[in-house]
Amino acid sequence: MLKTLFAAPLALLLLLLAPWAQAAPKIESWTTGNGLRVYYVSAPNLPMVDLRLMFDAGSARDGAQQGLASLTNSMLDTGAGGLGEDQIAEKFDDVGAVFSSGSSMDMSWTGLRTITLEKEEKAALDLWLTLLAKPDFPAEPFARIQKLMLVGLQAEKQDPEALASKAFYKAVYGDHPYGQPQNGTEDSLNALKLDDVKAFYQHYYVAKNGLLAIVGAVDRKQAEALAEQVAASLPTGAAAPPIPEVKPLTESKVVKIPYPSAQAHILVGQVGDKRGDPDYFTLYMGNQTLGGSGFTSRLMKEVRDARGLTYNVYSYFSPSKEMGVFEVGLQTRREKTEEALQVVRDVIGKFQQEGPAAEELEAAKKDVTGGFPLRTASNSQIVEYLGVIGFYNLPLDYLDTFTSKINALSREQIADAFTRRVQPDKLVTVIVGETDPVAATAPPATPGATADAAPPPAAAQPPAR
Amino acid sequence: MRRILPFAGQNRNTKTILAVAALFAGFFAPFAQAIERLDVKSPVHEYKLDNGLKILVKQDNRAPIAVVELWYKVGSSYEHDGLTGVSHVVEHMMFKGTQKHPTGEFSRIIAENGAEDNAFTSDDYTAYYQIIAADRLEVAFELESDRVRNLTLPPAEFKKELEVVKEERRWRTEDKPPALTREQFSAVAFLNSPYKNPVIGWPSDLNAMQVEDLRAWYERWYAPNNATLVVVGDVEPDKVYELAKQYYGPLKPTPDIAPPKPQVEVEQKGLRTLVVKAPAELPYLLMGYKTPALINAKEKWEPYALEVLAGIMDGGNSSRFARELVRGQEIAADASAWYSGYGRMSDLFSLSGTPSKGITVETLKAALLTQVEKLKTEQVSAAELERVKAGVIAGEIYQRDSQQGQAEQLGSLESVGLGYQLADEYVGNILAVTPEQVQAVAKKYLVEDHLTIAELEPQPIDPNKSKFEPHFER
Repeated sequence: MLKTLFAAPLALLLLLLAPWAQAAPKIESWTTGNGLRVYYVSAPNLPMVDLRLMFDAGSARDGAQQGLASLTNSMLDTGAGGLGEDQIAEKFDDVGAVFSSGSSMDMSWTGLRTITLEKEEKAALDLWLTLLAKPDFPAEPFARIQKLMLVGLQAEKQDPEALASKAFYKAVYGDHPYGQPQNGTEDSLNALKLDDVKAFYQHYYVAKNGLLAIVGAVDRKQAEALAEQVAASLPTGAAAPPIPEVKPLTESKVVKIPYPSAQAHILVGQVGDKRGDPDYFTLYMGNQTLGGSGFTSRLMKEVRDARGLTYNVYSYFSPSKEMGVFEVGLQTRREKTEEALQVVRDVIGKFQQEGPAAEELEAAKKDVTGGFPLRTASNSQIVEYLGVIGFYNLPLDYLDTFTSKINALSREQIADAFTRRVQPDKLVTVIVGETDPVAATAPPATPGATADAAPPPAAAQPPAR
Repeated sequence: MRRILPFAGQNRNTKTILAVAALFAGFFAPFAQAIERLDVKSPVHEYKLDNGLKILVKQDNRAPIAVVELWYKVGSSYEHDGLTGVSHVVEHMMFKGTQKHPTGEFSRIIAENGAEDNAFTSDDYTAYYQIIAADRLEVAFELESDRVRNLTLPPAEFKKELEVVKEERRWRTEDKPPALTREQFSAVAFLNSPYKNPVIGWPSDLNAMQVEDLRAWYERWYAPNNATLVVVGDVEPDKVYELAKQYYGPLKPTPDIAPPKPQVEVEQKGLRTLVVKAPAELPYLLMGYKTPALINAKEKWEPYALEVLAGIMDGGNSSRFARELVRGQEIAADASAWYSGYGRMSDLFSLSGTPSKGITVETLKAALLTQVEKLKTEQVSAAELERVKAGVIAGEIYQRDSQQGQAEQLGSLESVGLGYQLADEYVGNILAVTPEQVQAVAKKYLVEDHLTIAELEPQPIDPNKSKFEPHFER
């Protein structure tokens, strides 16, 4: 049984997506004949290769059919070219290959990790290509996955953190696609039909809407051949149109979800930034000091170290295709809810007005630039990076210029960006676990609308598989 | 789905592997040769300082970084009643300063060097790690060596940190129904083995904990002769040794560290069942059979056969649970099996699951038990067995993508007393497992008299009912 405890919560996956510069792997990029963009890094030391195929086909494309992107993605290995689920699973396992798939707000993807021995690699690749080119979308697995997603919704209802996250996205985004639950609602899932899945796949899983990342023990020539094979398994299609812009919040909101938990699970935040945002670097670096650097951040020092109010407190910007969230999260014993919230609001407010101290910025620069090589040490990490760079159309020299961009930032630029981009009087506050209706109030400065959300709305988490 | 084979080992003795692979004719030979080529490049270098500190170094030049881990032989299974959780609280306090580096300095210096750091506590060990640019290795050595002996344990910091740990307990266990079930399950499955206790400690033990308890625990177990330093990365082994001599060499050893009392679990004399009621939506089932561990198994092949048995049940999407319970009969929303045989003491072969929609927990339990019975009465097919083995070998290669994973394997094997060399034999021993052996261990160990079954019985999630939480209020 896994019983391992950590001094601090493990860094969020998001933090892995922080950029790097020194010793950056050499990225090569090209486009196949039918429009599939390819990003490749040679990693010859281990006899393995990772392929990851991404599409602009995340939950932001669900429309009214919430959960459709996720369900479609879960169908990929359930039947293709006449092979059933069991046969597909066997064929991958026979050669030690790892098939994976997943979806988020912006994208859906499928991955293949295989040994680069000729016979094993060919068997794994042929099967993966069959899944892409000839999906059968059989009815039985569809019904089962639909049921599993409903069980996933139930699991969320016993998870106060998931409830908080779902309510947070709803409150920040309202009717924007980013505010819709990625894993659907009971009603939306029950309404989905197999034909919806087929249509979604045919529309979005196409070369011009996709991106292939290749990292491993294949040379450029082999990578080109691989990419052509993948591209040939996809129709040309067209890139998906832009999703709507996100409107910033106009007032503060407090959402309280009563729940019989030992802790109050608290999220505070608002609309953040997007990939390629002119303020991306300043917000990223400022957030390092605010709540993005673990033990050394202001939030950790004030809420955990100085007061013992929480095990974990963090903040991050989650830049997406359109505006992602700026989120602060923590959990504290219920009777300390108000005290902890006040500390968090004070820390955000002070930082928003003043930005980092000169020595804080200096420390953050050393942390971020000195840590670059750590974040591209493994093939898995490099694949993730290729995804971000490719999917969000960041320049190929993005990494090579990153250190100089970070080092050039001034305290004033960061303070200015936070003053413009973070509005302490327009924050969303979600509290799950609070029972006393007067215990948690809106920020004293500008009391805003209060929305009591019970029963809880739907979630922002992918379904359990 | 969880990864089934915890040890996709590295650094095996290539002779063993090839010899065994030869038994499997052409099927596994190419895999084994691929691993062999890696092994030639990265053996483990072992050193020992005069004060007893063991040092293991493995080169991985793929990136200019190093993973540095210091492993202590102490964890929750070393604790006695009334003091549970103390190893973990000490681990938290290790970030609260020494004379030379007062509270906050450790993390500040680590961050200034762009390094990541953290620590973890388990039943059988406590480990501290830094991931750092390889040319800054000395920074990690200087800081880590200083806190082996010189922790100040300020009472005011302790008081606050204990609250942090209590919050951690609420977050990890109290508010997560399956975690709560697992905690109570272990306490029922084991009568006198310390594996009955949660790593984070029982609430009243945390409430009663004093800084003096921590000091005594720290002084008893934190010594160079009770630790292993593991470095994996872009480093020269001999230079690492020199650096270790410089920083760790002056530390005084503690003479005659008494090992923990054996606390060998008494034989279970019949089925044990328990029900855990908590506000929840989904039932959850957890079952565990008593099994020997690698360290004490009389028949050395048995743990490997148990490992393969777990792989047959739940080793990938083609395994029996995925095929028959999740797909097929659609009884389980998820179902898992795993063998815990790599600890200091005997542990369990476990099964767990969540029923699918409209399926009762009774039906799921019956289905899991039917799966167990089938493995006792029928031999697994050659194709199934080969598939599990292919996964193990591929896992060997994939595992090398993570420097941290490699370091953790060396450190944990060494700390529980199995010795890091065990990884050498792992693949060979798995490849040698036969269908007869899989059946034999199923028959011998998956028996009802040695079984504990816990069931989470969901209670209504009543938002107005405050959680019964007397634990931390006196």
